[in-house]
Amino acid sequence: ANFRSVDEDFFEDLEDTLIESDVGFDMAVKLTDELRDEVKLQNAKDSEAVKNVIVKKMIDIYDEAGNGENNNINLVNDGLSVIMFVGVNGVGKTTTIGKMAKLYKNQGKKVLLAAADTFRAGAIQQLNVWAQRDGVDIVKKEEGSDPAAVVYEAVQKAQKDNYDVLFVDTAGRLQNKVNLMNELAKMKKVLTREIPEAPHEVLLTLDATTGQNALNQAKLFKEVTNVTGIVLTKLDGTAKGGIILAIRNELHLPVKYVGLGEKVTDLSKFNPSEYVYGLFKDLVN
Amino acid sequence: MAFEGLTERLQKAMRSLRGKGKVSESDLRETMREIRLALLEADVNFTVVRKFVKNIRERAKGADVLEGLNPAQQIVKIVNEELTKTMGETDVPLNKSEKIPTIIMMAGLQGAGKTTTAGKLALKLKKEENARPLMIAADIYRPAAIDQLEQVGKQIEVPVFQMGTDIEPLDIVKAGLAQAKENHNDYVLIDTAGRLQIDEKLMDELKDIKAYAKPDEILLVVDAMTGQNAVETAEGFNDALDITGVVLTKLDGDTRGGAALSIRDVTNKPIKFVGQGEKMTALDVFHPDRMASRILGM
Ligand SMILES: Nc1nc2c(ncn2[C@@H]2O[C@H](COP(=O)(O)OP(=O)(O)OP(=O)(O)O)[C@@H](O)[C@H]2O)c(=O)[nH]1
Ligand SMILES: Nc1nc2c(ncn2[C@@H]2O[C@H](COP(=O)(O)OP(=O)(O)OP(=O)(O)O)[C@@H](O)[C@H]2O)c(=O)[nH]1
Ligand SMILES: [K+]
Ligand SMILES: [Mg+2]
Ligand SMILES: [Mg+2]
Repeated sequence: ANFRSVDEDFFEDLEDTLIESDVGFDMAVKLTDELRDEVKLQNAKDSEAVKNVIVKKMIDIYDEAGNGENNNINLVNDGLSVIMFVGVNGVGKTTTIGKMAKLYKNQGKKVLLAAADTFRAGAIQQLNVWAQRDGVDIVKKEEGSDPAAVVYEAVQKAQKDNYDVLFVDTAGRLQNKVNLMNELAKMKKVLTREIPEAPHEVLLTLDATTGQNALNQAKLFKEVTNVTGIVLTKLDGTAKGGIILAIRNELHLPVKYVGLGEKVTDLSKFNPSEYVYGLFKDLVN
Repeated sequence: MAFEGLTERLQKAMRSLRGKGKVSESDLRETMREIRLALLEADVNFTVVRKFVKNIRERAKGADVLEGLNPAQQIVKIVNEELTKTMGETDVPLNKSEKIPTIIMMAGLQGAGKTTTAGKLALKLKKEENARPLMIAADIYRPAAIDQLEQVGKQIEVPVFQMGTDIEPLDIVKAGLAQAKENHNDYVLIDTAGRLQIDEKLMDELKDIKAYAKPDEILLVVDAMTGQNAVETAEGFNDALDITGVVLTKLDGDTRGGAALSIRDVTNKPIKFVGQGEKMTALDVFHPDRMASRILGM
């Protein structure tokens, strides 16, 4: 929709745009109300002014929900940092590790990958291709071996050989599978036993095409692994991933990175204003 | 589940209705609002919801259901019936070619479950029809996609045709089909790389494969957790390929799966199978009535 004057139709379109972005109904209504009030308060009249008010207010709302957390990846200055990836099946965990490993390698860090998805067909080989592409090392065992044992071996090696960053790739699992969630908790425990501060980051990978179920994913993965941040993948498609706003509002989890394709360079730090602008692009242009 | 089902929603919305005898326009509006919310929370696309609720409203208005003893139950029944009807036939079998092989092509977004579903289908055919399927590895892009399909093939004891990654998918398909002919395979399953429906180059690749292979079945594989975007994706793939059916994966999760309704509405193509787990046996035929209840949280 396009708009010239800002009337009730405009705010209806705005609400539809938010719902269409998977923000969720309640969140869409709440945001639309706040944006309507703000536009009135600022007395914005022409489309340019309204656009600015909306984008600015949305960023404020995003920041307010933040509980002052850190949007950067938590890396220790001296010693090993462990970054564990969790999430449901097929969202982009392994690919994101491939991208981030290269990022850190380029910064001169010594990077190790742990192939702790020992379950899915071809998962170990997939991570291995990324290790070769990135020119980083990998710890892998046979398919079907205990993932916690892979994690143990990897953290031992990382400490012994002075690696800077260890990425742990885990198998995709649906959050309602209790056994598989327990397995994840066990992997995390192995890390913490070896290094009390580890894992330094637990990144929940969310697929931008996911609808309201992403909120359940965030809740349950957070409960089991104390997630520290989100990677929102597949934003190069037509889906907007608006559910991160509801997740932010309810669980205060920040998005740290976004995935924008399948190539190693298709990864960006999350930029709230760019993201918010993307949500409203079609409405305010 | 985090969300309220339609039954509870309507019970609540209609509490005030009881004993009034007559239903006002505003009661009806309130009821439709609850239906709309329940469907949106289940991830049914909002334009599809709008259309659907309009139909329900007409039926509810015409049928004086609101004057019965338990109006909420009656409305739920209507919604459930309409939803089941919209979602189409049950148990639509795979298309089959008159002479072998029957060719099945998988298509869909990245990570939807194409490779896994190809294996599940091959196993199903093997078990149920004593079939001798061949799977063709036509994903040259995703790291270790071929390894994945080969491991799946090994698990279910179905051969995989592959030529590595330095050759065009169309050429792999050509050679794979030639081999299937030679070996008298009765089914061929073509595993293709995940792609965005807006990626013209890769969509053209699928069109070329389709033009050559003339598949009897083009299955769009869709993740059941998909949100509002299911409409755009399904439309994109259907416009490009004129798909013949849909497989909804990852229904073993706790998603409501409203995407099923959206996809059905925009493509009018049958949902043939549902994926219910990562195991090779976790593939079932689609039941519209079960899906309707699930979407409504019943
Ligand atoms: N378009 C696009 N595709 C992506 C992106 N990230 C990952 N993918 C693709 O999504 C598919 C699944 O990615 P994986 O990295 O295997 O996902 P995963 O979460 O490790 O999957 P499992 O281990 O099976 O649970 C692959 O085809 C990736 O190439 C992205 O940002 N954009
Ligand atoms: N729980 C569950 N997981 C599934 C189901 N179907 C597939 N998966 C998982 O989803 C992930 C992606 O499946 P794939 O078969 O690799 O998906 P794909 O569409 O071939 O992915 P790309 O080739 O990268 O586009 C894997 O972890 C599978 O094990 C299902 O029905 N239930
Ligand atoms: K997906
Ligand atoms: Mg993986
Ligand atoms: Mg695949």
